[in-house]
Amino acid sequence: MHNSGISIWFFIGVLLTIYGLMILGYGVYELITHTTANVVLANLHTPVWWGAIMLALGIFYSLRFRPGHES
Amino acid sequence: MLGLVSTAPAAAGLHSATAALFAFSAPSLAHLGTLDISVIAIYFVMVIWIGFYLKSKANTSEEFFMAGREMTAWIAGLSFVSANLGSLELMGWAGSAYQYGILAAHWYWIGAIPAMLFLGMVMMPFYYVCKTHSVPGYLKLRFGEGSSTVAAISFAFMTVLMSGVNMFSMAKVMQIVLGWDLTFSIVVSSLAVAAYVALGGLRSAIFNEVLQFVLIWGGALLVPILGLIEAGGWTGLQARIKANIAADLIPAGDYTHMWRSMGHFADNPMGVHWTGIVFGLGFAISFGYWTTDFLVVQRVLAANSLRSARMAPVIGSFFKMAVPFIVILPGLLGLVVLQNPDGTHMLLHGENFVAAHAGQGLHSYNDVLPLMMVRYLTPGLLGLGITALIAGFMSGMAGNVSAFSAVWTYDIYQPHIVKKASDSHYVAVGRWATILGVVVSIGAAYSVRKAPGIMDYVQALFSFFIAPLLGAVLMGMFWKRATKAGGFWGLLIGTVTSISLWAWVKVDPSALRYVALSPDAKDMAENMYRALWSLSTCVIIIFVVSMFGKARPDAELNGLVYGATVLPKEEPVPYYKNEYFWMILAIICFLALNIYFW
Repeated sequence: MHNSGISIWFFIGVLLTIYGLMILGYGVYELITHTTANVVLANLHTPVWWGAIMLALGIFYSLRFRPGHES
Repeated sequence: MLGLVSTAPAAAGLHSATAALFAFSAPSLAHLGTLDISVIAIYFVMVIWIGFYLKSKANTSEEFFMAGREMTAWIAGLSFVSANLGSLELMGWAGSAYQYGILAAHWYWIGAIPAMLFLGMVMMPFYYVCKTHSVPGYLKLRFGEGSSTVAAISFAFMTVLMSGVNMFSMAKVMQIVLGWDLTFSIVVSSLAVAAYVALGGLRSAIFNEVLQFVLIWGGALLVPILGLIEAGGWTGLQARIKANIAADLIPAGDYTHMWRSMGHFADNPMGVHWTGIVFGLGFAISFGYWTTDFLVVQRVLAANSLRSARMAPVIGSFFKMAVPFIVILPGLLGLVVLQNPDGTHMLLHGENFVAAHAGQGLHSYNDVLPLMMVRYLTPGLLGLGITALIAGFMSGMAGNVSAFSAVWTYDIYQPHIVKKASDSHYVAVGRWATILGVVVSIGAAYSVRKAPGIMDYVQALFSFFIAPLLGAVLMGMFWKRATKAGGFWGLLIGTVTSISLWAWVKVDPSALRYVALSPDAKDMAENMYRALWSLSTCVIIIFVVSMFGKARPDAELNGLVYGATVLPKEEPVPYYKNEYFWMILAIICFLALNIYFW
C-alpha cells in the first residue's frame, strides 16, 4: 500500500496510540486515586496493561509506517 | 450488577451533556462515560478522515471499484476475513454459542476454512487471470449475459438485505447497551458509511475493514481472557457448565464438543446431523459463500498479483480459525458467569420469548456479548468494545454496499441501461449506487425487526442465492462442456428450487421431514439441506441442458475453465513466502482444532 501514499498501518498506528494513551491514562488514574470501576476482576487493573500494550503497538506502527518512510 | 443499569444514563458534567444528546427513553445496560464516548467519536473522525484522504485515489472505475488492484496479500487477506466479521457475526454467533454451545464454531472452521483454501489455491487463478470485476462478471464471460444478470440481480438483492441485517444488529447493540433509539443509530452510522464508501470506493472500504479487524481484537479480546480467568480456564468452564446443567440452571446439552453429538438430529441442541454440517454447511453453504459471494471475493480480486490473490484467503484462514476465541468463547462463558442484579444465575432466552415478556428485565441470546463486555470492561475499554461492534457493523455494511455498487454498475447498469459512457460516468454511477444501497438497506433493517432470529434469517438468504451460484461457477470453471443455456437454466431453477423449498416448509411445517430428512431437524439444519438441494438441482440442470447443447471451443475458454487455461508462471520464492506451505499449515491447524474439540 505504500505506492498509494499513507499506509493503512499508519492509520492503525495513530488510532492505537491515541486509544492506548487514553486507556493507560485512565488505568494510571485508577491506580493513583485507588478508585476502581464497578466491574468484575477490577483488581487485575486491566486498563494499565492493556492500554500499555496498545500504546506500544501504536507507537511501533506509527513510526514504522510513517508517511515518507520507506519500509 | 457490575455496572448494569436499568435506566437511561444521567450523570454530571460533560458526560450528562453528551448523554443527553444521544440518549433516548429506552432502558440501557450501561453508562458510557466521557472517555468511552471520546473513544467512539475518535473512531468516527478517523473513518471520515480516511474517506476524504482516499477520495483523490478513487477517480477511475478501476480505482473506485477494484481499489486499483494494488492490495498486498496481508491487506487483502485481513479485509477478506473482516468483511465477514460484522457486528452481526460478533453478536449473532456469540448468541448462537450460548444457545447451541461450541457447535456454533462449525461456522468458523468446517464452514469456512476448506472453502477459503479452495478459493485461494484452486479458484483464484481463474478469477484473477480473466480480470473480471465481479462474480456475475465471471459468469458473463463464461455463460453469457443471461446467467450474469440472474446472478447480479440475486446478489444485489441479497447484499442490501444483508446490509440491512447488519444495520439492525448495530442499532440493537446501541439500543441494548446505551439505550440509543434504533432510528438514531441507523441514521448516524449509515451516513458515516455512505460518506466514506462513496468518497473512497473499495479502497476506503478495505482500509476500514483492516482498521475494524484491529479494533475488534483490541476491543473484544479482553472479554474471553477475563472470562476464562473468572471461570477457572477451559477445564473450569466445562465443569461449571456441567454443574449448571445438573442444577437445572441452563438447558441440558453437550456445549463443549463439536462432533460427538452429531450422530442424530435429536442428540444436539441445534437439531442437525453430521451430514448436514459436512455437506450442507461445509460444502454447499460455505463454498458458496467464500468462493462465489462477490462481497468477499471482491477483496481478493483487489490484490496486486496472482500470488497475493492466492495468499490472501490462506492468510485469512488463520485469522478465521482464531475468531471463535472472541465470538464463541464469550457465548460459552455467558452460560456460567452472567448474573442477575440480585446475584442469581442469569438465563438468556430467544428473541420471541423476551418480546412476549417485555418489562421483566429478560435478555436474549444476542445480548450475551454486550452483557459480557459490561461485566468486565472498565471506562475506555468499554468504549473500545462498543467501538469494535460499531466498526464491525460499519465495515459489514460498507462491504455490502461497495459490492452492491460494483455489481449494480458493471453487471446491471452498464449492460442493460447505459451501455457506452465515459469512465467518469460509471464512477459517478458507482458513488450514487453506494448511497442508493445505503438507503435501501435502511428499509431492509426495519423489515428485519419482524424476523424471529437474525442468524436464521441470514442463513436462509444464503441458501436462496449462494448455493445455486456455487453450482453454476463450479460447473463453469471445471467442466468445459457446460453451455450458456445450461448455466442460465441451472442458476435460475436452482434459485427457484431453494425459494420453493423454503416456502413449502413455511406453508406446511411437516414438509421438514422431506427437506431436512428428519422431523427433528431445526431451522439451521433446514437451511443446510435446502442449500444442498438447490446446489444439486443447479448442477444436474446444467449437466442435462449442456448435454443437449454445443460446447464452446477451448480457445474461447482460456482464462475461464480448468484444462483450457494457461496460468502465468510464478517466480520461485522461499518456502515461508510460498502459498502451499501456508496452506498445509492451515490444514494442520484446522484438523488439530477439530480433533481437540471433538
